[in-house]
Amino acid sequence: MDVKVTKKKLSLKDRYKLLTRDLGWQTTYQPMDKVYPYVTFEGIKIHDWEKWEDPFRLTVDAYWKYQAEKERKLYAIIDAHAQNNGHLNITDASYLTALKLFLQAISPGEYAASKGFARAGREFGGIGTQVACQMQALDEIRHAQTQIHAISNYNKFYNGFHAFADQRDRIWYNTVPRSFFDDAMSAGPFEFLIAISFSFEYVLTNLLFVPFMSGAAYNGDMSTVTFGFSAQSDEARHMTLGLESIKFILEQDPANVPIVQKWIDKWFARGMRLLSLVATMMDYMLPKRVMSWREAWNIYGVENGSALFTDLARYGIGLPKHWDDVEKSIDHISHQVQMALYQWSFGTSFHSWIPSDEDMAWLSAKYPETFDKYYRPRWENIKKLKAAGTPYANFGLPKLCQVCQLPCLFTEPDDPTSHCQRETEYKGEKYHFCSDGCQHVFENEPEKYVQAWLPMPGLFQEPLKGDIGAWMQWVGLNPGKDTGDYDGSEDQLNFAAWRTQATRNE
Amino acid sequence: MAIELRTVTIKPRRQAYDHLVRRFGDKPASRYQEASYDIQAAENLHYKPTWDPGQDLYDTKITKIIMQDWYALKDPRQFYYNTYTLTRARQQETAEANFNFVESRGLADMLPDALRDVALNVLVPLRHAAWGANQSNTFICGYGYGTTLTQACMYHAMDNLGIAQYLSRLGLLLGDIDALNAGKEAWLNGAAWQPLRRYVEDCLVLRDPIELFVAQNLALDGLLYPLVYECIVDRHLSAKGGSAVAMLCQFMNDWFDETRKWVDAVLKTAASESEHNRDTLAQWARHWIDRAIAAVSPIVEQALGADTGKVVQEYVAALHARIQKNGIPL
Repeated sequence: MDVKVTKKKLSLKDRYKLLTRDLGWQTTYQPMDKVYPYVTFEGIKIHDWEKWEDPFRLTVDAYWKYQAEKERKLYAIIDAHAQNNGHLNITDASYLTALKLFLQAISPGEYAASKGFARAGREFGGIGTQVACQMQALDEIRHAQTQIHAISNYNKFYNGFHAFADQRDRIWYNTVPRSFFDDAMSAGPFEFLIAISFSFEYVLTNLLFVPFMSGAAYNGDMSTVTFGFSAQSDEARHMTLGLESIKFILEQDPANVPIVQKWIDKWFARGMRLLSLVATMMDYMLPKRVMSWREAWNIYGVENGSALFTDLARYGIGLPKHWDDVEKSIDHISHQVQMALYQWSFGTSFHSWIPSDEDMAWLSAKYPETFDKYYRPRWENIKKLKAAGTPYANFGLPKLCQVCQLPCLFTEPDDPTSHCQRETEYKGEKYHFCSDGCQHVFENEPEKYVQAWLPMPGLFQEPLKGDIGAWMQWVGLNPGKDTGDYDGSEDQLNFAAWRTQATRNE
Repeated sequence: MAIELRTVTIKPRRQAYDHLVRRFGDKPASRYQEASYDIQAAENLHYKPTWDPGQDLYDTKITKIIMQDWYALKDPRQFYYNTYTLTRARQQETAEANFNFVESRGLADMLPDALRDVALNVLVPLRHAAWGANQSNTFICGYGYGTTLTQACMYHAMDNLGIAQYLSRLGLLLGDIDALNAGKEAWLNGAAWQPLRRYVEDCLVLRDPIELFVAQNLALDGLLYPLVYECIVDRHLSAKGGSAVAMLCQFMNDWFDETRKWVDAVLKTAASESEHNRDTLAQWARHWIDRAIAAVSPIVEQALGADTGKVVQEYVAALHARIQKNGIPL
């Protein structure tokens, strides 16, 4: 019998390189610029794709193995949660407002990210980058699907979840996340990577993911928090990809730096507007709160963010342009957004409510400089109106920001008593903005943002022509059931009745 | 004796999400349905792509195929992320065991040189073709319309990459890095491989997702996989004492049997939609199969020599029959 030949031992790095990088080649029957037609138009210069460092060396078989293990555990818990009325273990049914917002606004974003990463996974000219993007495309579809599955059982018992797919495309506040992801996907592959992998996954994800998943844990939502734990190692990979992406792009050519800085400015401004909904969730929507938005910002924004940008300074990258304005807004935005959601709650597929005395004591403790001075008096007034049988409701339609698509409801960075309103005239039309950040984003790419689909003008066009009842039907809202004050809602009454049924003998 | 556990029963207030009730009626939805239908943005797209302002962000018009409802192109395997990864995780356990078996018993070294050469010459350059297939399916996922089709393409793309990696490991096991280098050289410059490389590169510039689906998953892989893995590896090499190679290729064989059902289902549904679709698919199939025959034959010849013409004709006939069974006349 032959003696077994001992093969050269390959390092993990070399082996991974052979199993991925080495698969590609310079095409000769078709020109490379036709094979990868979108890698140059953004002005980013890549001289050597080989310099890309694989952020995680995961072969496909290893991916299948690890992910399947996580999937088995996750679905065992989702099944048990559904089978054992796990929904009755949450702190209060008002918690579900956070979950409704998550399903309508965030899960479709996960799906869009999946699609965007599939495109990036095809369009980049380097295999290392492509494979990393392809794996993220798979992870993101995982997240969209597991979220829909984990929340599915809540939909069977509670209002506000049932029309999430229609509301993703039609309801006014969901144009905030929808336009965010549409914006990233309509950008070129490099901007997409900076927008989603770096700005969103690396800089901001802790401000989104940690609060939502900790909120679920704090409020007894076993199903969602298990998803959160299960997705954590995926997220860790995504963050690594984000950091590798930016370093790779910056190291390739000094001319890339100003382009990247412009994208960081833009996506930070856009990301922080999107996160104002998370801020509101943290400060107002959780029955048992994890931490305030201010506290989360101090940890994940100021501490982590400053460290990151100090690190990037050696490339010539500075803090995002509107960082100071954001800092000034932190003690205000959640209060301003919650008041807006409350006054327009006839048109939201989740409930809002007036904070209780206990809630307000918590808010004054967390926001000593602003809550008692600016927001408590307004809530007290809203409380009085409700007691008098004339609840505060706004049936007028808000003026939306052309970029972030939130109502222009925020205040001036240096004056919390006056509304911040900006406008730009472009080709004879006036466009409105909620902030300098959004105005700036518009002015850099007006041709893009004039195309935005704004839901308020949409209401007056075909087929709705201003008919609110028809609008309700079109967006899948069941008035009085999905909408309005939590106090007295079906969700509230059913939850109390079912808990009694499950815990008492009658 | 079954013991009935008593549980607190609360009557659900609704059965499923609205969009699924509209599609499938007022009853509980399956996990596949929840994971697949209507989860892609469909209306009120905000901006035109800067990379091609002539397109919509999600665009049904970038292919010649016309569907009333793109979600009709469903996957008979009902793969969503969970069922997909669980299925592949089981298969990779088998593949891993096979690789270990061949390696630990020194089976690779026992292969007669002539057989090892055939295995290396035919299989190793195919890892580059599998990378091309990954690019095609990633493209169809990225630009195709409707999650029922596009998610399956993403899974398929990962499978293609997985196969490229299994082929690379096969090369390392049977011949070390030199085998991979020689395979790449053959892929780039060897006369036998140029028609296939040209085919793959032409696919890399094809931007109609459904034509690409036909060119890659039906015409090329529909001919290549049975010829290489069923005919050359399982029959030809095994008969001569090369069953170790067959063990290393079990994944590819099982995979092709499974995925062809999905490819068939997609094409059958698309063809049955209209005469226009049927004719378009038939025209694409004819065009790309003709090219695939020319691309694959010189590769097969390295193993089968003078029998190649006859064998290829047999497999082409089988592929034609398969396509016609899906309602596409050739």
